[in-house]
Amino acid sequence: MQSRNARIGLKLFCVYLLLYGGFVGINSFSPATMEKTPFAGVNLAIWYGMLLIIGAFVLALVYGVVCDPHDEQPKEEGGADQ
Amino acid sequence: MIYDTSTLAIIIFFAFVAFTLGLSFYLGGKAKSSAGYFAAHGQIPWFVNGVAFAGDYLSAASFLGICGMIAFYGYDGFLYSIGFLAGWIVALFVIAEPMKRLGKFTFADALDAKFDSRGVKLAAGVSTLAVSIFYLIPQMVGAGVLVQPLLGFPHWVGVVIVGSVVILIVVTAGMVSTTWVQFLKGSLLVIFSTVLVVMLLARGFDVTEGGNDGYAFKTLTTTQADDSLTVEGYQVVPLSGDWADSKFVQLSAEGSDDVVVFSKEKTDDGQVVLHEAQTVTITEAGEKLVNGKPQSKENDLHPIGHVSKLPGDKKKSGPVGLLSFFSTLQNSEVVLWGNQKLTNEDGTSTTVYFQKPTAGSRVLRPGEHPKFAGIRSDKFSDKLNFLSLMLALFCGTASLPHILIRYYTVKDGASARKSTIVGIASIGFFYVLTLYMGLGAMTSGAMDVTNSNMAAPLLAKSMENWLFAVISAIAFTTVLGTVSGLILASAGAVAHDLAGVFLKEKLNDAALVRVAKISSVIVGVIAIVLGILFEKMNVGFLVGWAFSVAASANLPSLVMLLFWKKTTKQGITVAILVGMVTSLAWILLSGDTFKAVYGIDPATSPVPFDQPGIVTIPLGFFTLWAVSLMTQPKEEQLIA
Repeated sequence: MQSRNARIGLKLFCVYLLLYGGFVGINSFSPATMEKTPFAGVNLAIWYGMLLIIGAFVLALVYGVVCDPHDEQPKEEGGADQ
Repeated sequence: MIYDTSTLAIIIFFAFVAFTLGLSFYLGGKAKSSAGYFAAHGQIPWFVNGVAFAGDYLSAASFLGICGMIAFYGYDGFLYSIGFLAGWIVALFVIAEPMKRLGKFTFADALDAKFDSRGVKLAAGVSTLAVSIFYLIPQMVGAGVLVQPLLGFPHWVGVVIVGSVVILIVVTAGMVSTTWVQFLKGSLLVIFSTVLVVMLLARGFDVTEGGNDGYAFKTLTTTQADDSLTVEGYQVVPLSGDWADSKFVQLSAEGSDDVVVFSKEKTDDGQVVLHEAQTVTITEAGEKLVNGKPQSKENDLHPIGHVSKLPGDKKKSGPVGLLSFFSTLQNSEVVLWGNQKLTNEDGTSTTVYFQKPTAGSRVLRPGEHPKFAGIRSDKFSDKLNFLSLMLALFCGTASLPHILIRYYTVKDGASARKSTIVGIASIGFFYVLTLYMGLGAMTSGAMDVTNSNMAAPLLAKSMENWLFAVISAIAFTTVLGTVSGLILASAGAVAHDLAGVFLKEKLNDAALVRVAKISSVIVGVIAIVLGILFEKMNVGFLVGWAFSVAASANLPSLVMLLFWKKTTKQGITVAILVGMVTSLAWILLSGDTFKAVYGIDPATSPVPFDQPGIVTIPLGFFTLWAVSLMTQPKEEQLIA
C-alpha cells in the first residue's frame, strides 16, 4: 500500500513524463516541427524547453502544497517484503 | 591575447578559495562523529540543503560544458539542461522521501534497509565508486581548464590544485562544511549568472567582422574555373597531401611571404567565397605555430564568435528583452567555427579552425551538434542514440550517489521534499540562464576557438574584467563543491559499505571516519590522475557517461525496491552489477570512445550507437525482475 504522498507523486510524475516524452519524441521523429515559430518570433524548441523547465518547478510546487506533512510512510510498509 | 593574467582576477580567485577553506576548517570542528561527518547530524535546514542541492548539481558540466556547447553549436547544449532538470522530477516524486526514510549514511543503506545483505552492500558500494569516479573526471578536467587562463598555469597544475584543496576540505570537515560550501557556491552561481544575463541583454547584438580584439577576418570573393583558383592581389600556394583534397586554400598576399589559410564556400550563384581561417601546428621540436609563425603575445589565435548580419541589415540591435533576444538571433546570421586536422608533408599535423556563417534559425534548432545530428538522420539507430541520452539524463539524476546522500542531511521526509523543491527552483532558473549565456558567448567575440569549456568565463570577460574574475572563481568553487560531494560519497561507500563487507568486525565511530578520510585521499589522487589524462574532452559530454552508468546501475534497484514487493536481495545485487558492467562496457566499446580516447576509427565500434541507456536501463529492470522471481523465499521462510 503506497502512502497518499507517494500516490500524488506518481500521478504528477506521469504528467511530467508525458510532457518530456512529447519533447523527446518530436525532436527525434519530427525535428522540423521544432523550427516553427508559433509565437513572438521564438521557435517551438525554445518554447517547449522553457515549458519543461518552468513546468517542473510548477509541478514541484503543486506537490509541495498538496502533500500531507504528516503522511510519513512507516518503514515496514516499503515495497519489498523481505 | 584571449587570456591576460590579471592581478585583480588572481586576488579575487584566491580570496574565494581562502574563504572556502576557512569555512571548511571552522565547520570541521562540528563533524567529529560519523553521523556528523557523513550526514551533518541530519540538522541542515531544508532551504540551505535545497540550495546546496543546486551547488552539488550545478557542476563544471552545467556551467562550463553546457554554456560551451551552446556557444559553439547553438541549441543542442540546452537539451542537456532540459534533461538534467527533468531528472529532478524523478528525484522529487519517486525517490526523495523514501530515501530519507530508509537510509542513514549512504545510497547502499537505503537499498539494504530491509535485507542486511553483504551482496547488496558490496554491489551498491562498488557502483557508488564507479559512478563517482566517472563524474569526477569532468570536474577535474574543468578545474584544469579554468586555472590555465586565469593563473597562467598549465592544465595539470590546475587539476592538482583542485584535487589537493578538495582533499583538504573533505578530510578536515565532512558533510557540514561541504553543505555550506555548496550553499554558498549555489547562491553565488545563480546570482552572478543572473547579473551576466542582465548585462548581456542590455548590450544586445553588434555586427562585426571578427572578435573583440578588433581583428577583422578577411572574406574574399572569387571565381573558380575548373580546379584553378584566381584571387586578385594574392598568389595561390600549390597544395599537396591532405591539403590538396581539403576545402582549404593557402594564399600569399603579393609582395609578402606570409601564407594565410582560407576555407572555400560555394554560393548558390556559382561564386566561391573564401573565409579566413586560423591554424595551429605543432612542429617536430614541439614548438607551437599559430598561423604559420611561432606563438607569442603578438602572434596568437584571435578570439571568435560574432554576428555577421542582423535583421533589417542593422549594425546594432540595442538592448534586447528576454524574448526579443531569441527572435533577433532567429533572424540574424552568426559566424560559428569548425575545425579539421590535416597532416603536412613533413609528418606534422595542422589543425585548421574555419568560419561557418550560419543562419540564426539553424543555431536555435536542435540537431546541429555532431552528437545530436542523428535526429535528422534517416537511420533509426541514430535516433535511438538521442533517445538513449535523453533517457539517461532523465533517469540519472535520481541515481547519483552524491545527490542521494544529501537526503540524509535534513531531519525528515518533509524536509527532504521541501529541499528538493528549492533545488528544482534554483537549478531550473540557472538552466534557463544557460541558454542566454551560451548564445551570448557565441556572439560575444571573446571565445577561444580551441576550448569550448571557457565560453561562460570569457563571456564575462567581454563585459568586465572583475566579472571574469568573479565568474571564474565561482566556477572554480563550483568544481570544488561538486568534487567534495563526490569524494565524500565515495568515502562513505568505502567506509560504510565495502569495509563492512570485507572486515569481520564492525568498525567503531572513530575508525569509520578514519577509513573515510583515507579513502578520500585515495579517490582524490585517482581523480587528479584521470583529470590530467582526459584533458581534451568536453566536460558536458563526459558527464553524459556518468549519468548513463548511474541510471543503469542504481535506478532499477531503487525503483523496484519501493514499488515491487517481490524484490529480493539477490535481484538487487545482480541488477546493480549487470547495469553497471553493461553500461560501462557499452561506453568503452562505443564509437565516441574509439575516436576520442583510443584514436581508432569509430566505424569499427561493435555497438550500434554510443549512448547505452536505452538498452542498459531496461536491462537492469529486467535482470532485477527475473532474478527476484528465481530467488523468491519459500513459504515457510515468509511465515517464519
